Amino acid sequence: MSSTPIKFYQVGSFAIGNRLLPADDRSIQSDPSRTNALNSGHRACQGCGEALGARYALDAAMRATNEQIIAVNATGCLEVFSTPYPESSWRIPWLHSLFGNAPAVATGVAAALKAQGKSDIRVIAQGGDGATVDIGFGALSGMFERNDDVLYICYDNEAYMNTGVQRSGATPPAARTATTQAVGENPGNVFGQGKNLPRIAMAHEIPYVATATVADLRDLEAKVTKAMSFRGARYIHVLVPCPLGWGSQSCDTIKIARLATQSGLFPVFEAENGEVVASTPIRKRVDVEEYLKLQVRYSHLFAPTRRDDVINHLQSIADKNIARYNLLIDESESI
Amino acid sequence: MEKPFAITLAVNSSLNNHTGSWRVEKPEYVHRMPPCNSACPAGENIQNWLYIAEDGSYEAAWRALIIENPFPAIMGRVCYHPCENVCNRAELDQSVGINSIERFLGDYAIEKALTIPAPAVESGFKVLVIGAGPAGLSAAYHLRSMGHSVTVRDATHAPGGMMRYGIPQYRLPREVLDAEIHRIKDMGVTFEMNTRVDDVHEALDEGFDALFLAIGAQLSKRAYIPASEAARILDAIKVLHGVEDGTQPLLGRKVVVYGGGNTAMDVARTAKRLGAQETIIVYRRTRDKAPANDEEITEALEEGILVKWLSTIKHVDEKTLQIEKMALDENGYPQPTGEFETLEADSLILALGQEVDFSLLGNSADLDTKDGVMPVDSTMMTSHPGIFAGGDMVPADRTVTTGVGHGKKAARNIDAWLRKTAFEKLENRDVVTFDQLNTWYYTDAPHIVRERLDATRRAKDFSEVVKGLDETNALFEARRCMSCGNCFECDNCFGVCPDNAIIKLGPGKGFEINLDYCKGCGICVAECPSSSIVMVPDK
Ligand SMILES: Cc1cc2nc3c(=O)[nH]c(=O)nc-3n(C[C@H](O)[C@H](O)[C@H](O)COP(=O)(O)OP(=O)(O)OC[C@H]3O[C@@H](n4cnc5c(N)ncnc54)[C@H](O)[C@@H]3O)c2cc1C
Ligand SMILES: Cc1ncc(C[n+]2csc(CCOP(=O)(O)OP(=O)(O)O)c2C)c(N)n1
Ligand code: SF4
Ligand code: SF4
Ligand code: SF4
Ligand SMILES: [Mg+2]
Repeated sequence: MSSTPIKFYQVGSFAIGNRLLPADDRSIQSDPSRTNALNSGHRACQGCGEALGARYALDAAMRATNEQIIAVNATGCLEVFSTPYPESSWRIPWLHSLFGNAPAVATGVAAALKAQGKSDIRVIAQGGDGATVDIGFGALSGMFERNDDVLYICYDNEAYMNTGVQRSGATPPAARTATTQAVGENPGNVFGQGKNLPRIAMAHEIPYVATATVADLRDLEAKVTKAMSFRGARYIHVLVPCPLGWGSQSCDTIKIARLATQSGLFPVFEAENGEVVASTPIRKRVDVEEYLKLQVRYSHLFAPTRRDDVINHLQSIADKNIARYNLLIDESESI
Repeated sequence: MEKPFAITLAVNSSLNNHTGSWRVEKPEYVHRMPPCNSACPAGENIQNWLYIAEDGSYEAAWRALIIENPFPAIMGRVCYHPCENVCNRAELDQSVGINSIERFLGDYAIEKALTIPAPAVESGFKVLVIGAGPAGLSAAYHLRSMGHSVTVRDATHAPGGMMRYGIPQYRLPREVLDAEIHRIKDMGVTFEMNTRVDDVHEALDEGFDALFLAIGAQLSKRAYIPASEAARILDAIKVLHGVEDGTQPLLGRKVVVYGGGNTAMDVARTAKRLGAQETIIVYRRTRDKAPANDEEITEALEEGILVKWLSTIKHVDEKTLQIEKMALDENGYPQPTGEFETLEADSLILALGQEVDFSLLGNSADLDTKDGVMPVDSTMMTSHPGIFAGGDMVPADRTVTTGVGHGKKAARNIDAWLRKTAFEKLENRDVVTFDQLNTWYYTDAPHIVRERLDATRRAKDFSEVVKGLDETNALFEARRCMSCGNCFECDNCFGVCPDNAIIKLGPGKGFEINLDYCKGCGICVAECPSSSIVMVPDK
């Protein structure tokens, strides 16, 4: 874990703040004068994980750069709900061009800033999973390869949500989407396809790659802060549950992200120069079922007939993650 | 304003867009009843004083505590802490050591010589309290705080009731008892000691506007046991009273105690400290049926006291006594087996429970008693208007804490009765259950067990057995509290709202919902660790 656990202060570093902590040990989000990079009045659905994740990440980036950032946004929910012309929720310089070109635009912005000698102004590119793992993939890979000085943040809600929940290369197996219906012998998205972008990013051996979720703010803030301490191409992949697309209750957004990590389905780790350097251990392990059953996109695994074969298959993916990222070490000494 | 090329509308902030209109439910901050508070017989607001203690404001925490109970240092030693039995934290790891922290605060106040101010305004009413036990003292304290002139009258030499003449010093050092009683005296309460009240009505006629009866249960119950002339049979209450007065009878080398309550444990442990080489408790039923507090049984056993469970005493002679083994029948009741055993005993101490001595009622017909106790109504008033009663003499648990609670409740109702108003009881809020908490956020931290004096050393003298916490571990222990049902300012709600619709008002002031933007998603409610926010329909 890249954030330091705080020795027992009732809630340690799990909660957002805590009055008992010295101000320096509290999260950026607990500050009453936080920047709110993404302001109120945006049109994201109730309980949107993407809106939350974007504010968490960009407030941390603002803090880390003394508020000297420019963000480039791919097309997708985050862009549409934040900036319906002529209103915008952004409180930072913000650019939108196309669905697939955010990395390339960000590369250009970084180059322009460099040419002007404004290297204290930092560039962030951001987009959904569709923009990142599918349509913008080539541009992103190029940005990585050239090691352009951009932090790319992917808000992964595991489908093309803005256009009505179509499958993307980040949609997990068995999930129902508009284009992977829960019909036939193998309902939902197929197993064995899709892309693991954090690992692809690592393969480019860029300075910094990390995963995070909206369930662990301290970890996310620490990773963004750390990413801003590097120059060159950096990538953070944030899991952001989507109540609409996942068929979950709006109040469960954080809970579901937490269950994704505690089941092992979404491993939280960081890598430098292509090597994993740390992972966040599971604190209260749960079976994948605990995670799946809160989401209508998996309801066909439980009714009309229970699909133990599919659930077990998903469990084996979680188990593999746990082994691969060493997620079950005893955390008791570190608290 | 001149617009840039190709721009037709002026750029605006999304703040114009009041997304609050999407909402059908809204979050609301609430204060709910923590289980500890609801279980405290003295009605302490435990969660609240723990919260205050958590940042090291011990004096403020003590002042919040004594609003309900003037005896934290005593409580921290003798209360059986029913609060801890229901503490939600027990389901996570172990209950919060409420009682130890209470003791720490009580001792802190004694060490710092903190005082309680006399009331600012005198009411002009005069109240007589008969009995200076915990019930009487608590009533006196609360009545005095409300501005009444209070006289406490008691038959004994020094105030405290069973806290002084029953509970031995090794559990409740007298400096502690004296210090907490002294504070009440210093508020301007008059004590008339060595003054037995023989007639309640006469006392009332002295010009008091109301009377609180708290005479406890002073008479030891007797059981018929065939005994020879020379048998030495004593009564536990008298023995304990004697130890306090310095007039205790000689017990001999081998002592048998009959009974299974706290008094039996205390008198047995006292006998050991007075030099008895062997002390045996004889009790009719099994350990789990014994009325004594389990911790006290454990402490007695640790000190080398022997217990004959499932045994009755059949006959007592000068140096021996005969016991009969019992066996439980299918209904769990002990039945004689016809199997006997002889124990050596220089003396037998009976600890079979206490009864109320109602002789001060004379033959007045207007004060009802029933089944050996005095019934009271929901305001603690007896059948006689203006005479209230509480503590061991009324039907309830017989503990110090219950007595303190009765004293408080009676005082509030006496005050209302005197002023011809009604005391407004707070509505009974629903108790927060463990499953309503979001315990993910609490870090694991086990309970600190208070240090005990080494058993063999402790049985030799009357020094205090259980040691208190020091500042570091008291603070740690206080911070284990999960603040059930009451915000502890963890900032979770403020952080997790995807719509920035929560306003942080600053330390101690809590939070507010900005209804212009709250979409009613309910994440703040779901992620509040302490269940201090609820969703309510929004019209
Ligand atoms: C040995 C022993 C150990 C105990 N240990 C514990 C314990 O660890 N924890 C716990 O919670 N409880 C304990 N208890 C129970 C607890 O002490 C009592 O429940 C509590 O003291 C009752 O309070 P009270 O004010 O009703 O009566 P008491 O404490 O009995 O006080 C009554 C007072 O009234 C006075 N009085 C009586 N009649 C008259 C009269 N006619 N005129 C003037 N004064 C009169 C008495 O002298 C006495 O001072 C113990 C009891 C005993 C006997
Ligand atoms: C070239 C192009 N193709 C298709 C679209 C339509 N489109 C807009 S947003 C979107 C999906 C966005 O999905 P994702 O990147 O995962 O972001 P999300 O909305 O899920 O946050 C699509 C297909 C487009 N704008 N441009
Ligand atoms: S955790 Fe705190 S508030 Fe909750 S029951 Fe225990 S002591 Fe009371
Ligand atoms: S998290 Fe925000 S939007 Fe959701 S109910 Fe709470 S205040 Fe309203
Ligand atoms: S989430 Fe934390 S700060 Fe908010 S109401 Fe609950 S306890 Fe208080
Ligand atoms: Mg998406």
